[in-house]
Amino acid sequence: MSDTTLRLTLEQLQCERDDRELFRDVSLTARAGEIWQITGANGAGKTTLLRILVGLHGFYEGRREWWDESWRSELLYLGHQPGVREELTPLENLRFTCALGAQSGDPMAALSAVGLRGFEDVPAAHLSAGQKRRVALARLWLERKGVWVLDEPYTAIDQDGVAQLDAQIQQAADAGTLVLYTSHHQVGDGVRRLHLAKGRAEVRA
Amino acid sequence: MAFRAALSRELLVLWRSPAEIINPLFFFVMVISLFPLAISPRPETLALIAPGVLWVAALLAVMLSLDGLFRRDQESGVLEQLLTSPVMTVVPVTAKLLAHWLLTGLPLVLVSPVLAHMLQLPDRVLGVVMLSLLLGTPALTVIGAIGSALTVGLNRGGILLAVLVLPLYIPVLIFGAGVIRTAVEGGPVPGVLAILGALLALTASLGPLAVAAGLKISSGN
Repeated sequence: MSDTTLRLTLEQLQCERDDRELFRDVSLTARAGEIWQITGANGAGKTTLLRILVGLHGFYEGRREWWDESWRSELLYLGHQPGVREELTPLENLRFTCALGAQSGDPMAALSAVGLRGFEDVPAAHLSAGQKRRVALARLWLERKGVWVLDEPYTAIDQDGVAQLDAQIQQAADAGTLVLYTSHHQVGDGVRRLHLAKGRAEVRA
Repeated sequence: MAFRAALSRELLVLWRSPAEIINPLFFFVMVISLFPLAISPRPETLALIAPGVLWVAALLAVMLSLDGLFRRDQESGVLEQLLTSPVMTVVPVTAKLLAHWLLTGLPLVLVSPVLAHMLQLPDRVLGVVMLSLLLGTPALTVIGAIGSALTVGLNRGGILLAVLVLPLYIPVLIFGAGVIRTAVEGGPVPGVLAILGALLALTASLGPLAVAAGLKISSGN
């Protein structure tokens, strides 16, 4: 896949939940190498928007289009919950999510990169919230995917981890990955922003 | 590849939470051992009710084990990973069902001859008892998993699960208990076993697809 074909188009996207309008008129075109930060108050629909993008939520109006059908194999989605089973060790968790995501790479190296060296065989139940988040984030240090959709990746991450994650996101974008994430933390200067407020959406590119 | 990874993961997860394995088995053994105490220890009475008791207990034990089948995966976010993966959802779902049956259904099959013996069933039908459960419990697991997938988003979906799933369990129950009764009476067994086998073939082939679809619906599609 050439990275330049990679594109996400939203047109007049609109979503209601429990008879309440979450957002409307969300229109944007996101391309390879761009970083999109999605902001908004609690309950503004950030998570729902991401779930619509990755195909987990089907109740919306408008158009959501990835470049073609291969988007699924290029997608790396990290949800609100880290997706870490407490019965398993970080290494087992990561191996499974990699197999599921058809992602190659060295899980041990990725765990070291996120500072979990020495914890790879500890059941995840004994890890802190931040460490569990790091297990999920370790996927960002494996084979690079074309699209990253990250829901609150900075939750429970310490200062050093935030800086490290910033660098990793920036580096992936430079290499041609399209990154969309929700957080109040801004990765860098070149970040495009989609702000959801009171049902309206504002794009600051 | 993804199937093997999913299967070994599911086995590992279950293995590390032994209560999930022991509870249904313990339930099965306990319910069956209470019947002789409550009804009558007379061999002829026990032999009469044994097929039904064995099968109702097995059915409830399987249902008990299915309530939380996807809940932990949903709470931890693993389910979202499953649904957004490029691997078709039915692949890890099938692995999960297989692992679940191997560690919760198969033990029921393995202890059933002992319990059947305790219920005074003649030794010559013990093979049929095992065979009927071997064909029947996987079907129960798959059918129950459909209900479990549909109720995963709801808090306390237990009763709803039972309401959804019990009607679908009835054919399996009728033929499962029926084949043991036929064997006790000395009638021809293969025909009824074949029907059980057909039910298993139907549920095992189409069930995982329905489970995958149920999970998608529960997630909001």
